Amino acid sequence: MNSATVRNLLVRGMLAGLIAGLFALVVASLLGEPQVDAAIAYEEAHSHEHGGVEVVTRSMQATAGLATGVLVYGVAIGGIAALAFSFALGRVGRFGPRATAALLAGAAFVTVYLVPFLKYPANPPSVGDPDSLDKRTALYFLMVLLSVLLAVAATIVGKRLAPRLGNWNASVVAGLGFVVVIGLAYAFLPSLSELPKHFPGMLLWRFRISTLAVQLVLWTAFGLTFGHLAERALGSAVRGGSKEEPASTASPAATS
Amino acid sequence: MAQSIAPPSTGTAVPATLPVKAILPWAFFFGLLMLVLLYFVGAEQGATSLISGTDVHEWVHDGRHLLGFPCH
Ligand SMILES: [Zn+2]
Repeated sequence: MNSATVRNLLVRGMLAGLIAGLFALVVASLLGEPQVDAAIAYEEAHSHEHGGVEVVTRSMQATAGLATGVLVYGVAIGGIAALAFSFALGRVGRFGPRATAALLAGAAFVTVYLVPFLKYPANPPSVGDPDSLDKRTALYFLMVLLSVLLAVAATIVGKRLAPRLGNWNASVVAGLGFVVVIGLAYAFLPSLSELPKHFPGMLLWRFRISTLAVQLVLWTAFGLTFGHLAERALGSAVRGGSKEEPASTASPAATS
Repeated sequence: MAQSIAPPSTGTAVPATLPVKAILPWAFFFGLLMLVLLYFVGAEQGATSLISGTDVHEWVHDGRHLLGFPCH
């Protein structure tokens, strides 16, 4: 029964991720692609070794290729978020399914994208030395991993502190702890500055803003869609299957 | 009308938690599968390659840049 509920949530998470991916794809096409094209034009005007045969044409990369990338990404983060939701539901606080989904999506946007982005922002084609790709990849994924693990740790610590400090103060303290440790990571991890000398600043700015917009739309659409689907899935599931529920809501005003 | 309804059946209570035992198998297998998907979108044929060539990289190239992954 409970296993079926988890499977149900997982399927709905992947579906919500696909739907969110469609919204993100629209933003990526409209806001992002012009910047990618401009950056590739810059790259071709300035590169020394001119590339050989195109494996995939530009028009395919910008349409079907982009759609594959964004939609698969949407489904994957949707599935992972649904699993995280299954753990979080009823454990992070007294939030219903929709509120839990919204909080989770917001936290995921911040920890999976925004926090790594502030240290290692997204780069358009031609920004970044190909020889340093190994290092850049390792640092980026390290930053994502660190941010997610720290957020989980901060949530657990906040939960532990809540009985003593109250929910609000415990959340503030846990959040501060997160910020301090992330700040240390920012300070000690190497910075990257591989911008070509005369790369247009406005193009870099627009590209980076467009990637932020893609993620913001993706996570907002996911949080709202999945919250709705999860609420329906849980509403139809048989209630009272869990032994852990302390029936605390029934005690105070039930008989009045 | 609403105040006379017995509380246990109304849906706005704290949701029941799902037992960790029920989540873990799904989290393990599907979590891994989802991470593999993310790897193929975000990193394959970049710093590391499971499949030779550059087809995967070239196909998802624009998505990789616009989703914030280091690309080339
Ligand atoms: Zn690239």
